[in-house]
Amino acid sequence: MNKIKSLADLKKLKEEVQSKIKLREKGDNPDNLIQIKVSMATCGIASGAKDTMNHLIEELDHQGIDALITQTGCMGFCYAEPTIELTMPGKQPVIYGYVDKSKAQEIIDKHIKLNELVDGIIPVSYKTIDE
Amino acid sequence: MNELALHVLDIAQNSIRANAGLIEILITEKPDSNQYQIEITDDGKGMNPQQAEQAADPFFTSRTKRKVGLGLPLLKHNAEQTEGSFQLHSEENKGTRLKVNFGFHHIDRPVLGDMAGTLLILAANEKETDIRYLHQTPKGQFEFDTREVKKELDGMSLSTPEIRKFLNEMIRENLEQIQISE
Repeated sequence: MNKIKSLADLKKLKEEVQSKIKLREKGDNPDNLIQIKVSMATCGIASGAKDTMNHLIEELDHQGIDALITQTGCMGFCYAEPTIELTMPGKQPVIYGYVDKSKAQEIIDKHIKLNELVDGIIPVSYKTIDE
Repeated sequence: MNELALHVLDIAQNSIRANAGLIEILITEKPDSNQYQIEITDDGKGMNPQQAEQAADPFFTSRTKRKVGLGLPLLKHNAEQTEGSFQLHSEENKGTRLKVNFGFHHIDRPVLGDMAGTLLILAANEKETDIRYLHQTPKGQFEFDTREVKKELDGMSLSTPEIRKFLNEMIRENLEQIQISE
């Protein structure tokens, strides 16, 4: 059986990764990165936002696309959870609703890689449930 | 919500929103006395007695985006459904402590679920709130403290893909060691 991983192993890994990171981070600033915010309040979590977020993180890492993926609070579109906000560098943010794993995949394949908008965008003119 | 890990993710975000510096998540499994305890303590801004009393009311929230707040009510409901209990104690400017007890052997008790995912999402929060997680079972205990992890990482981001993957496996493996079969 393999040894259970511990913090000591983390230190080793960190040193290995550090050299790679330095290359990657050169000239990096958040404005040049693809930014994704996943709405993660009760409504999002209950609808599976955690799976969506994990899928986005794994798939973008797998495909070697650098992106900043963070969680955020409720955006007010509780009826359309899981909701994500995608900002391509230099573009206006776009909010997608009902983003399950397959929708997330479609957004990566089309919007992120080919810059084509995908069905399911919540228009800016839409209102949150309280407005 | 069908996993305890999802509840923890949800509730701990309240603490982050309350500007906590440290969130302590303590899970104690006591199969012998039929208890599965979750305790979440933060040092955030706390609530006044009136807010604390209303916190478990689904139609009360401090948010302005919507009129309902279901995080705590859902957890309370889930706990009470398993013959457990729910206690919330909060003091303004001191912090909040939540103690939830589930019936360990009750058929409606949710499984722990993906705790590693929850901890990693919480650890990478924007306000840099620290998380201390302690999980105790009769087979042993596992502690995960983002302050220690951050010290080892020395400025490197917790969400670096390689680091994230490693931490995920680390938490998973350690929890498997002490877990009683579910």
